[in-house]
Amino acid sequence: MPEVVVPIGPQHPALKEPVNFRVIADGEKIVRLELDLSYNHRGIEKAAEQRNFIRILPLLERVCGICSHSHSTVFAKGIEEIMGIEIPPRARYIRTIIAELERMHSHLLWLGVAAHEIGFNTLFMWTWRDREAVQDTLEEMSGNRVHYNMNEIGGVRCDLTPVQVEAALARLPNLEERIKKYMDMVNSEETLLIRFRGVGRMSKAEALKFGAVGPTARASGVDYDARRDDPYLAYAEVPWNVVTDNQGDVYGRTRVRVGELWESIQIIRFCLENLPAGPVRTDAPKNAPKGEIFSRYEAPRGELAHYIRTNGTDKAERVDIRSPTLANWTSVAMCLINQNLADLPVIVAAIDPCVSCTCRMVVVNQKGSTNKTNSPDTGVAVRDLGSRLSRRRP
Amino acid sequence: MTDPVLILLYIFVFPGFFFLFAYALFLSYLDRKIAARMQQRVGPPFWQPFADFIKMLGKEVINPDGVDVKVFDAIPLVALAAVMTAFIYVPVIGLSPVAFSGDLVVVLYLMTLPTLALFLLGWLSRNIFSAIGGIRAVTQLFIYEVPFFLALLTPAVMAGSWSISEIVVWQQHNLWLVFLQPIGFVVALIGLQAKLERTPFDIPEAETEIVAGPWTELTGRRLALMHLTSEVSLVTGSALIAALFLGGPLLPWTLSPVWLNVAAGFGLFLAKTLAVLLILSSITVATGRLRIDQLNDIGWKYIASVALVQVGIVLVINYLWVTP
Repeated sequence: MPEVVVPIGPQHPALKEPVNFRVIADGEKIVRLELDLSYNHRGIEKAAEQRNFIRILPLLERVCGICSHSHSTVFAKGIEEIMGIEIPPRARYIRTIIAELERMHSHLLWLGVAAHEIGFNTLFMWTWRDREAVQDTLEEMSGNRVHYNMNEIGGVRCDLTPVQVEAALARLPNLEERIKKYMDMVNSEETLLIRFRGVGRMSKAEALKFGAVGPTARASGVDYDARRDDPYLAYAEVPWNVVTDNQGDVYGRTRVRVGELWESIQIIRFCLENLPAGPVRTDAPKNAPKGEIFSRYEAPRGELAHYIRTNGTDKAERVDIRSPTLANWTSVAMCLINQNLADLPVIVAAIDPCVSCTCRMVVVNQKGSTNKTNSPDTGVAVRDLGSRLSRRRP
Repeated sequence: MTDPVLILLYIFVFPGFFFLFAYALFLSYLDRKIAARMQQRVGPPFWQPFADFIKMLGKEVINPDGVDVKVFDAIPLVALAAVMTAFIYVPVIGLSPVAFSGDLVVVLYLMTLPTLALFLLGWLSRNIFSAIGGIRAVTQLFIYEVPFFLALLTPAVMAGSWSISEIVVWQQHNLWLVFLQPIGFVVALIGLQAKLERTPFDIPEAETEIVAGPWTELTGRRLALMHLTSEVSLVTGSALIAALFLGGPLLPWTLSPVWLNVAAGFGLFLAKTLAVLLILSSITVATGRLRIDQLNDIGWKYIASVALVQVGIVLVINYLWVTP
């Protein structure tokens, strides 16, 4: 069969968000992938520069529907450091609890999506049912299922009552049991093994070379986790382990995520049981002094970074968001080459792509060979809407 | 039953087209409900498949650019006609009145037509997803068809007849073939699952890769008819397996009033097809989709060899038993 171009996206059942892949396939083998990112560019960074620090948090939460707490926490953490304020321990613990609950619902969602990509809908239905318990806990604590809006500069918006803590603790044993079950399924269920093992393999060296982050990198044996290596919130005080795997394929990424689910439960239990007493907020100044900071955070999908520059006013001069998915795209394009067309959805899903969060301006020098978002030897061409917009500007 | 009116009633009303139509939609409902309960969902209400069918019949039919409309309209009808015809030869209440020696081969041939129809639809759709889906459908056909045919022909070899009805009668006098040919039964179930393109063999219509495969460009009544075709195939396929391996609708003894005998036969038919459906639904729920290359490996290496082994066993049994 000659080479055919299979257009995947911007609207396609395999994609939950708009992104455009042009897959060049030879029969059922993938020869090359052309990525068209930033289909959904929303101008969040520009909007963030025009809001003061109180109004910016709800905006940043809306960068992503799944890791909403991550985006607001990483910004609050950075700006608090610039302001030189320390949040109370109880607020740190509450932020940690919300962060880990968020990781759990994100990973459970991912496990379901990955199963759905290989047509195994039973696991999809089961994990999404169990995810409801996590969502209910979040709703009890914050009033919302998705955008919790728990963060404020200087602490958290609301305290946890003993009743809420009890209710959350009561849900954990059942979740623990389910996660054990999923661990068993991932390691022994033939239908998962046959589609996950050896698919989209990436060595440790490649993971480092292409700058993969989060579970994608940890599945290739990269022992890095911002929670341990640049500790923030309560992570330095909680006993937990970084989950890594040396498989490097989709199977490994699944094992890392299910392992992280287990660790998250232990972190949540520790934090709920050892919740320090005291206030949940300190007063934060209105303005931040002139300064800049690179704030790092381990979001469910990997390391999330906000670069914040302040100029002494109550607004940030520049907020630059580097979401984990942007760091992982190159590794996806590399993993896909020579793989089967049928494995495309699951390889793409294996990085847990969050497309709208990733839609940024990417400057591509199309005349020369240098290209800021990818290296030419991967066979990837990043044709970016953002870059086209930027070229049109005077 | 040689009265032409009765035969017409048999073909068009019961257990022919009308009953077949209702039963196909009912099995489709049951299939979805069983899967939903196993996945801890609520599942559709009883009338959902029927409502879907009516709704789709009323929807606009969209003709893709450059498609031969007449052929596109005809293919779903041909596919539906083929599987509906196949059902007439399968025993439902007692033996089929139109049975002839050799109808097993005809039924197998007619049941292959929907797959070929899907390939043609995919090829004619002028859509990359449909074309890939169509090619996959035919590739898959070459993989599962050989073991499926081998598995369904072993009962014929054992009973010494190419007629489904005679195989059923043979089972009435001897033993259900599922006990004599368990391997063949398993292979036949796998083959039927593949023929119906249900998970793990839903490769041609893999939603997350190629949208809906050959179904992508089908709309309105074409889509309704193709859905009905696969639902009728489900009935025909499970009835065929029930007849060939599970003794069909015949009791080992004859009940005194004729109507009671017929009713008991019909009850047996329902029970056996539902049992086959339960197995097929469980397979669907318990598995994910295979890749076409993995299916190729598994199909030719294991399923086909196992089917051949079954044929060998049957020949040996026949030699030892039947030849004096």
